[in-house]
Amino acid sequence: MLRFLLRRTLGALVIILLISAITFFLFFALPSDPARMSCGKNCTPDALAVIHKNLGLDWPVPVQYWHYMVGIFAGRDLSVGHCPAPCFGYSFSNQQPVWGTITDRFPTTLSLTIGSAVVFLTVGVGIGMIAAAYRGTWLDKFFSSLSLIGNSLQIYFVGVIALAVLVTKLKWADNPAYYPFTDNPWKWFTGLLIPWLVLSIIFIANYSRMTRSQMIEQLSEDHVRTARAKGLSGRTVFFRYAWRGALAPIVTIFGIDLGSLFGGAIITEFTFSLHGLGRLAVDSVNQTDLPTLMAVMLVGCTAIVLANIVVDAAYAFIDPRVRLA
Amino acid sequence: MTSPAQSPVVATDMEPVVPTADLVGRSPGQLMWRRFKRDRAGVVSAVIVVFFFLVAIAAPLISKLYGKNPTETYGLDDNGLLNQFGYPVAPNGGISGRFWFGLEPTLGRDVLTQLVYGIRTSLLIAAIATLLCVVTGVLIGVTAGYLGGRTDYFLGRFIDLLLAFPQQLSFVAFTPVVYSMFVSPEKETPTYLRVITLILVLWVLGWMGIARLLRGQVLSLREREFVEAARVTGASPWRIITKELLPNLWTPILVQTTLMLPALVTAEAGLSFIGVGIVEPTPDWGRMFANGAKYYESDITYIFFPGLAMIVFVVAFNLLGDSVRDAFDPRTKR
Repeated sequence: MLRFLLRRTLGALVIILLISAITFFLFFALPSDPARMSCGKNCTPDALAVIHKNLGLDWPVPVQYWHYMVGIFAGRDLSVGHCPAPCFGYSFSNQQPVWGTITDRFPTTLSLTIGSAVVFLTVGVGIGMIAAAYRGTWLDKFFSSLSLIGNSLQIYFVGVIALAVLVTKLKWADNPAYYPFTDNPWKWFTGLLIPWLVLSIIFIANYSRMTRSQMIEQLSEDHVRTARAKGLSGRTVFFRYAWRGALAPIVTIFGIDLGSLFGGAIITEFTFSLHGLGRLAVDSVNQTDLPTLMAVMLVGCTAIVLANIVVDAAYAFIDPRVRLA
Repeated sequence: MTSPAQSPVVATDMEPVVPTADLVGRSPGQLMWRRFKRDRAGVVSAVIVVFFFLVAIAAPLISKLYGKNPTETYGLDDNGLLNQFGYPVAPNGGISGRFWFGLEPTLGRDVLTQLVYGIRTSLLIAAIATLLCVVTGVLIGVTAGYLGGRTDYFLGRFIDLLLAFPQQLSFVAFTPVVYSMFVSPEKETPTYLRVITLILVLWVLGWMGIARLLRGQVLSLREREFVEAARVTGASPWRIITKELLPNLWTPILVQTTLMLPALVTAEAGLSFIGVGIVEPTPDWGRMFANGAKYYESDITYIFFPGLAMIVFVVAFNLLGDSVRDAFDPRTKR
């Protein structure tokens, strides 16, 4: 187990390094000058020179990258002032340290992700199991047509409709907003309820379909037949034997989904005006705030890579046939 | 006839009975077509999909017959159409005999032509990107699977690397970077460059899934007897790939294509929705949602036309994908 984690972590580090390098070079080594991008449409040569110097752009790009990476672990001195340890530079748009903005926005994304993950996992997997248990009946057909439609819905449509109906028309809820959980758990819950439900719809469709087909496959496996032949009750067979086998692929997909959600559910955050990482990325694109964008990218890909490692480790616990080497 | 498993005709030939007159040999394509025609849901969804493509292609014609265009601000030119807040005076978003789908709030453009031209833009971008993704995916997947060894290893790691990029985030983050490769930030980006950029971004981060799938398929096909037989008889690798392997790969390729196109349409619409894709004044499906989100409190009707159109489009495409798979491979029943 330890060896596995060590090897995977090393591999993950390599991937993160490569992605950071590619992103950095794309952002900072393009024919167009990042200083000019941050300078805007009315740029004077003087302003340009100042930005150049402030950003350390007079160095060659590989050296800039080196400075950047060192800055993340050791902090660095910029002309604006000292930037402490996890230093991702200063934002082009508001001149604040990027790391502060990230830690500021992350709780929103985290709450959005965890809440909707709870909803779509329980509802999606639940529906899938019911459909598998009552395979071929009207219930199964009803759920599968539901998941076909759910799979075709778009957040930027359903989200707006949900706002129009639940908030504007019926006034069942206030406009979605993020309140810190530690301040007021109830406001936190009600403020995010609509985004959770809307974000879940698409995932629920996917998870119910996947769970159903996995369960049906598992129910026809030999070990399930043996369990039945031993005289175990239908419930034990269904939940202890079939479900355990069906779990592994679901966990895999769940890990991948979770990883990409931590990078920011961009469209959901945009639709509901939540200020998480995804919204931060869109804002920094519109303001060509490259340091912030770079940091969000790094956080996003770190989340994906970490999620993959956790999934592979979890696999070994769920499915005893899998050996980690 | 490459795969013995797919050829019922061969099986009848081997029977000792002399074939009767009405026993006709059919190619796998013909068999697939016959099975597909029997699948009613598949045929209906195929018709809907074709309808959307026709609408996209014939957008100028529709606009001409209907007598409106997507850029003219009818509501601003004609004082009786919009109220003082910029919303349509007539009920239900201004639907009338003159404006079938109503008027856009504020600018007062015609929704029907906006939608038709918007579908045209989105579908064009998604279709080209899908084509590029599929071609790249097939090339790289088959190469990795067939050559194996070191090539396979490095292509596999390359795919892993690209898969570790957060996809949505990368679409958003790299689009302006690619814009700036073409034009300097002080100038406006022309529309055709925006289209090319979107295609490029969707392409570069879109082909990995299909490549990985095909690699796996080729890996198992490569060991089958008919490939070995071809190799022993001295067939060139090119011949083996095109004549022995590819015919067996059409099913996954077609199914993946029908899944990818709606996914890319919605991805492109998503980019335009958050404002990094196609911008005014070019009509775009996704940008209609952005407008709809702006006006929903006073004019909910507006967002329904692009929204319902997109749901119908995606459902039809998903059903079509299922039917294509069933028609090609009757063993996999839903």
